[in-house]
Amino acid sequence: MREFRGVDFYQIDALLSEEERMVRDTVREFVSDRVMPIIEECFREGRFPTHLVPAMAELGLFGANLKGYGCAGLSSVGYGLILQELERGDSGVRSAVSVQGSLCMWPIFTYGSEAQKERWLPRMARGEVIGCFGLTEPDHGSDPGGMETRAVRKGDRYVINGTKRWITNGTIADLAVVWAKLQPENKIRGFLVEKGTPGFSAPEIPRKWSLRASVTSDLILEDCEVPAGNLLPGVEGLKGPLGCLNNARFGIAWGAIGSMMATYEEAVEYAKHRVQFDRPIAGFQLTQAKFADMLTEITKAQLLALRLGRLKDAGQATPAQVSLAKRNNVYWALEMARMGRQVLGASGITDEYQAGRHMANIESVITYEGTHEIHTLVLGQEITGLSAFK
Amino acid sequence: MNTLVCAKRVPDTATKIKIGGDSRTIDEAGIQWIINPYDEFAIEEALRLKEKAGKGEVTVLTIGPADAGQTIRSALAMGADKGIHLKDDAKNRDPSAIARAIARTVQEMAAKPDLILFGRQAVDDQSLTVGPMVATLLELPCVTDVVKLEMADGKATVSREIEGGHEIVEVDLPAVLSTNKGLNEPRYASLKGIMAAKKKPIETRDAAVPEDRVTVRKMDYPPERKGGRVVGTGVEAVPELVRLLREEAKAL
Repeated sequence: MREFRGVDFYQIDALLSEEERMVRDTVREFVSDRVMPIIEECFREGRFPTHLVPAMAELGLFGANLKGYGCAGLSSVGYGLILQELERGDSGVRSAVSVQGSLCMWPIFTYGSEAQKERWLPRMARGEVIGCFGLTEPDHGSDPGGMETRAVRKGDRYVINGTKRWITNGTIADLAVVWAKLQPENKIRGFLVEKGTPGFSAPEIPRKWSLRASVTSDLILEDCEVPAGNLLPGVEGLKGPLGCLNNARFGIAWGAIGSMMATYEEAVEYAKHRVQFDRPIAGFQLTQAKFADMLTEITKAQLLALRLGRLKDAGQATPAQVSLAKRNNVYWALEMARMGRQVLGASGITDEYQAGRHMANIESVITYEGTHEIHTLVLGQEITGLSAFK
Repeated sequence: MNTLVCAKRVPDTATKIKIGGDSRTIDEAGIQWIINPYDEFAIEEALRLKEKAGKGEVTVLTIGPADAGQTIRSALAMGADKGIHLKDDAKNRDPSAIARAIARTVQEMAAKPDLILFGRQAVDDQSLTVGPMVATLLELPCVTDVVKLEMADGKATVSREIEGGHEIVEVDLPAVLSTNKGLNEPRYASLKGIMAAKKKPIETRDAAVPEDRVTVRKMDYPPERKGGRVVGTGVEAVPELVRLLREEAKAL
């Protein structure tokens, strides 16, 4: 396979700062050198490439958009570009970085005490502590407000009971940010639960056919006691986890572009060389129609993500705007993986080609961080003022 | 210990090069530019020397058009401390003219570098001469093709890869070295490094490169590769194949 070049039909590179281009290029090179050679095998074996964590940390990928505490302090666009390039490699690898940065470091940075920040953030930036985010439960995905995990104060500790499911990094995490309803106030609060705490376990979820190069787990809390100092003081209510998700969703809107670039490039290269009826299939009309659609959707997705990133850095991006970009870009990433797979014909069903892996992965990406349907309702409410959620 | 690394901006080696309309320069449209890979070994080695010593400065110099500033900023992002950008828009520069411009720049420096590093060759013009020419102009010792470098008490001990083995050479500083593949694995520019690069100083001025004494008159594509031919099939074809390899291809 020739070197990955990315797609830039509308000269979007010219809208990036030189630093942003350098950030993109350095991660692109890292993915080509370190991720691409091993990712098929990791996916096939259902294994997250933990051996890459130190190199990713050294590059500064964890919490890249946070300021201080050993983090790189990138703009939102810079952060998005990192995730774009990681997901060009694999959505599972990108998920692990999203969780570490947006769902674990970000809440500590935003809602944590100075002591908590000092204790955890530098080590997480160095990849010495891996984090995970415990919000979703077996019976509460789209309606996190209905969560059943409960926390009760007991002297100078909190006792937490409940189960979280579909938690990226869970089994390998040193620290979990667990959201539970604190009683008797019945308010959602965030708790830092450390690996090894009695009553806390994180078994891996087996038999996945999607995000296989990423660890997905249950978090089981049975009379799990955490010190009072492990409560995140800065937020109460659903807006705590939703704030985190808003950041992660922004990153995913960018990540989806990386997946699209990968599947598009692969399909075009293949079609130029695949000869049927005495000519390359790239010359047939139906194939060209697919490519025209792919290039159009990539270009649109890039412009959505870029404008959203600039709004975010100006402090003006709304959750509904993030929903629009996540919904659109991930939808098209899934479509594009399928289209690409079809262009590859039978070859596309082995892992010699990437389209099938991207296709399988994006099935998770379109569901997590707010399903496609949920983002549809977010937009519907934004447009009409009427909630169609219940 | 202060090190000067000379780095060149070159087209990405995966680029398909097209000859421009004037038939003596390349068409630069759509080209992705990179730091000459051999120069990256030099930058990386300079950074390692500084890290091992715990002190010293790494300066990166480039000669090229305005866009060549990118070369310096990439090196600063890797960890170099400052840059010198000598602006020059001309293409296909005579290596000796480049060498004279670099030598003059070093002579004009208030604090002379202890070590000057070059990549062994630039992957575009492959002249392999600029490093040794700069050394000669500055009357400094020069060792080329370095694959291993150790510093102690003002002396450098280097390994050069030669046919069938290694040659160990000791040279007093100040000296000029050219780096070869195998010397090290260049680091990625970390994100923090990229952000920090903005604040590092780059001195920019006109290169005032002396006149080219060697010029490129014409560029041509290499001749089309002739098709292969099938010699025969199976074991019976081997004697004929051996004969052709010996008599026609002169490969045996």
